[in-house]
Amino acid sequence: MPLTVDIEKKLGDFHLRVRFETEGGVLALLGASGCGKSMTLKCIAGIERPDRGRIALNGRTLYDSERRVCLPPQQRRVGYLFQQYALFPNMTVRQNIACGVREKSLRREKTDQMIARMGLQGTEELKPRQLSGGQQQRCALARILVNEPDLLLLDEPFSALDSHLRFRMEQEVRGVIRQFGKPVLLVSHDRDEVYRLSDRIAVMGRGCIEAIGENHAVFAQPGTRGGALLTGCKNISRARRVDEKTVLALDWGVPLAVPGWPEGTEYLGLRMHSLRPAGPEDTVNVFDCRVEEVVENPFSYTVMLRPEGADAPLALGWETEKPVWERLRADRLRMHLPPEKILLLKP
Amino acid sequence: MDLYPLWNSLRIAGISTALIFFIGIFSAYYLSKAPRLVKGALDVVLTVPLVLPPTVVGYLLLRLLGPRRPLGAWLLETFGVKMTMTWWSAILATSVVIFPLMYRTARGAFESFDETLAQAGKTLGHSGSWVFWRVRMPACRQGILAGTVLAFARALGEYGATSMIAGYTPGRTATISTTVYQLWRTNDDALAFRWVMINLAISAVVLLIMNMMEAKQRSGRSARHAADR
Repeated sequence: MPLTVDIEKKLGDFHLRVRFETEGGVLALLGASGCGKSMTLKCIAGIERPDRGRIALNGRTLYDSERRVCLPPQQRRVGYLFQQYALFPNMTVRQNIACGVREKSLRREKTDQMIARMGLQGTEELKPRQLSGGQQQRCALARILVNEPDLLLLDEPFSALDSHLRFRMEQEVRGVIRQFGKPVLLVSHDRDEVYRLSDRIAVMGRGCIEAIGENHAVFAQPGTRGGALLTGCKNISRARRVDEKTVLALDWGVPLAVPGWPEGTEYLGLRMHSLRPAGPEDTVNVFDCRVEEVVENPFSYTVMLRPEGADAPLALGWETEKPVWERLRADRLRMHLPPEKILLLKP
Repeated sequence: MDLYPLWNSLRIAGISTALIFFIGIFSAYYLSKAPRLVKGALDVVLTVPLVLPPTVVGYLLLRLLGPRRPLGAWLLETFGVKMTMTWWSAILATSVVIFPLMYRTARGAFESFDETLAQAGKTLGHSGSWVFWRVRMPACRQGILAGTVLAFARALGEYGATSMIAGYTPGRTATISTTVYQLWRTNDDALAFRWVMINLAISAVVLLIMNMMEAKQRSGRSARHAADR
């Protein structure tokens, strides 16, 4: 395993306890702010020290509380892209990048190569504050890559950028990651970014990893209520089991057929685009609904539906393409909630 | 006109500022990293000279280093060094008085330093001292320079503690401030006025340097705004 992490750290009331391995490629830590994802990166880089556990990279032990090993950040060979890039404000672009070169004799040569590779020609003698957000990020990446780390940590890499720059920088970072060819850990709270950039996703909540897996699998079955929320599921209901095949969705006020009922399930989730108007072939989970509200998004509508006769706190959201809704435009709809699309969630 | 007081004042202020530059910066650095309790307690001790009247500082130093006090007597006996009534006694007094100015401005600068810069330096493989001299100090340069100029200005004007521990001996311990007082006391108004003018000129230069540094800092900031646009 290139990277093995199994650490624990207590910070006041907060208890961080993460364990994961990665074989390479991009692993994303997806979590809300304060869930411990940045702390995890800092522990791996050696900026923070866990209370106990073990971190190993390509067979090298970076940290092991039992064997009393804790390498300083200087010896870990871990590249850390900070949220605000942490470029040295007193140095020029060239000097910043040169700081990353380990071999003194190759400093000039490697710096020049990296400046060309990251498209920073013409900015060499500028100070970081004179650069645009995208150039700052490229400069920070250049400084890390020229350092030849064995692992790349990206901490909310696009959060400091304006939205129009984000997509462009995402393309560039994707290129950098592909060329890098070693494990990458990406920390983010943005599900779209995570889905596009990573191979695997670990959903974090309250200091723990709640679900981990290949990114399609995690989005298909996020496992916990927190995971469902993070992956963008907006319809979530408490649920109580009635019999073998049926559960009662307490917040939607309807009985539902579900694909199963794993131990500990307490919530149901249904993505807003998983509902659809019922057809003649649909026999289960079909409900007559009242249209309560229609919200127009730039490229879709969100239709808020309340099952007929249900006395329940929450309406169900259905997101649909504009032409579909423009054809329907009804006050009442017969909707189908496909059982196989229902997410079974632990708290 | 005997220019000894000018030379003596500049020499005392220069040496004590140089001394306090390092002591102040290192105490500020280590205290900014210390646990909160230690920080709170030490901070009071280190800042107290700022709020004490200089005469009280002078009195305390005399109690400590006077030739008949234990420490002063021991120094005199062992090293043959007389700690009071020499020109360099004033360095001691001045250093104590200006220390809090240097320490507090440097600490302010260190505390507003973005720690991720230091962390970035370390993950790139650089030592703690590299980070300190190449990143932390330059990033805090403005604050530290301002503290240094402020400390130097205050050192030039030091009177209370200096007059108590170094006294006034023309040609030996006389500084500008003690000379002005002495000349005024002996009714040499014309000469006192000349020294006052010299003092005003030096103060003006110091303030000018400070303002120039502030202007430089502002232009640095506006360059950042230009890049954002």
